[in-house]
Amino acid sequence: MHPVIERLLANGPVVTDGAWGTQLQARGLGLGDFPDLWNLSHPQAVAEVARAYVAAGSQIILTNTFGANRIRLAEQALATKAGEINRRGVKLSLAAARGQAQVFASIGPSGKMLLSGDITPDELRQAFTEQARALAAGGAEGLVVETMSDLEEARLAIAAARETGLPVVACMVFDSGKAKDRTMMGQTPEQVAKALTDAGADVIGANCGQGIAGFVSICQRLHAATDRPIWIKANAGLPTVVDGKTQYHVTPAEFAGFIPDLIAAGAAFVGGCCGTSPEFIAAVARCLRTSPEP
Amino acid sequence: MPGVAIVDLSQHTAMLDLKRLHDAVVTGDANTSRTLTQEALTAGTDPLQLVNQCLVPAMDEVGRRFESNEYFVPELLISARAMKAALELIRPLLTARGDKPLGRVAIGTVRGDLHDIGKNLVASLLEGGGFEVIDLGVNVSPETFIATVKEKEATIIAMSALLTTTMPAMRTTIEALKQAGVRDKVKVLIGGAPITQKYAEEIGADGYSENAVGAVALAKKAATAAR
Repeated sequence: MHPVIERLLANGPVVTDGAWGTQLQARGLGLGDFPDLWNLSHPQAVAEVARAYVAAGSQIILTNTFGANRIRLAEQALATKAGEINRRGVKLSLAAARGQAQVFASIGPSGKMLLSGDITPDELRQAFTEQARALAAGGAEGLVVETMSDLEEARLAIAAARETGLPVVACMVFDSGKAKDRTMMGQTPEQVAKALTDAGADVIGANCGQGIAGFVSICQRLHAATDRPIWIKANAGLPTVVDGKTQYHVTPAEFAGFIPDLIAAGAAFVGGCCGTSPEFIAAVARCLRTSPEP
Repeated sequence: MPGVAIVDLSQHTAMLDLKRLHDAVVTGDANTSRTLTQEALTAGTDPLQLVNQCLVPAMDEVGRRFESNEYFVPELLISARAMKAALELIRPLLTARGDKPLGRVAIGTVRGDLHDIGKNLVASLLEGGGFEVIDLGVNVSPETFIATVKEKEATIIAMSALLTTTMPAMRTTIEALKQAGVRDKVKVLIGGAPITQKYAEEIGADGYSENAVGAVALAKKAATAAR
């Protein structure tokens, strides 16, 4: 086990953070605006989100760098800013953490599909390598390859992230198939666990894609198929739109109600994805503090 | 009667080839699909018959396998490619004799949304399903959708949004179509991770599908209703 991960897990399950995009929207990020760009244009707002998660009890916070690879940035004509956006993103989270939380930097998917020929493995490798290096240069204490739908892309991102020597978390989205237990490309939790483990990720897991209820069995299956600690960041459930506003009907308490089941299913790192907020993370942290050691 | 035997034999061979073409599309073998289509056309098979009796049933089988979790996105994509390889040979013949495609679909992700994986998948399956597809790309403004209806006579608009933050642009686009006086000229279909049937009804869209296979069925229904 990577020494950083070993230290983190020494006192039991670890609380990570929740969603960033919706938090930035609450602070004025417009519809369709590119959140990562706010590391440069609205650093105060980004720092506020990071601080809110630290205050809520996150032991690991991520960074506002999910889309800051040059492939996505190119769509905004910002490809040359990739290094700066990533470095600034880490620095904002580090300043907010002030040693109370570790900063694991986020690496999201390219948004292009290898299979359809929209992007080549080389282009992906270069983009992820550039991002991982910038995040490491900014001072990240770990890297999180997240929200991946395609194992091939995840493998390329993991390889790029590992070159930094930082601990690497890799998690995928399970949102396909009748039971929502497959990736978009059809892989099962068992196949994903094996592939991510073979690729050398230090922690593996699942995030996004569906509400927290569906994560318990996925967590169990991932856990049974690998010796790596499991990372789970679930959505707050499916959103509905009321009067043009997106609403999630799962409350922080209901969300936290699933945490004991997730821990029992083998989760070592728990947090939230779409629809979650610092309130959700505070509820998760309370739950972990009061629940007996697994 | 030797004459009869020869006719029977040739029909038998033709049927075998159609079965092989069907299988090539189902398994996503674009090269075989292209070769067998060319052979069938050269042998005088009616192009429309080829589409209706062989290729469409093949894509239906692909859809069935997707619904039953035998196929996932990779299999859909390669089958759509094999279908496209066949249609590229057939479509010019159909156009030349005046047969129209099922419908003309203008597809794009809505304004503010740059996520095109889902949209691209739906676009290739619609092409495979016999539609003419005008791919407007990502971040498509209401004005562009309107212009495509007016100038290119699209009969179906297909909009995609991945984010809860960009889905309101679907409502805006539908309102803009009304304002421009072209809402009645098109069927509006929507899809994307945060979209639901309820949302489609709320914003006055004509249909919603949760996956790409369903989107083709939906478009066919819309095309039939529009005729």
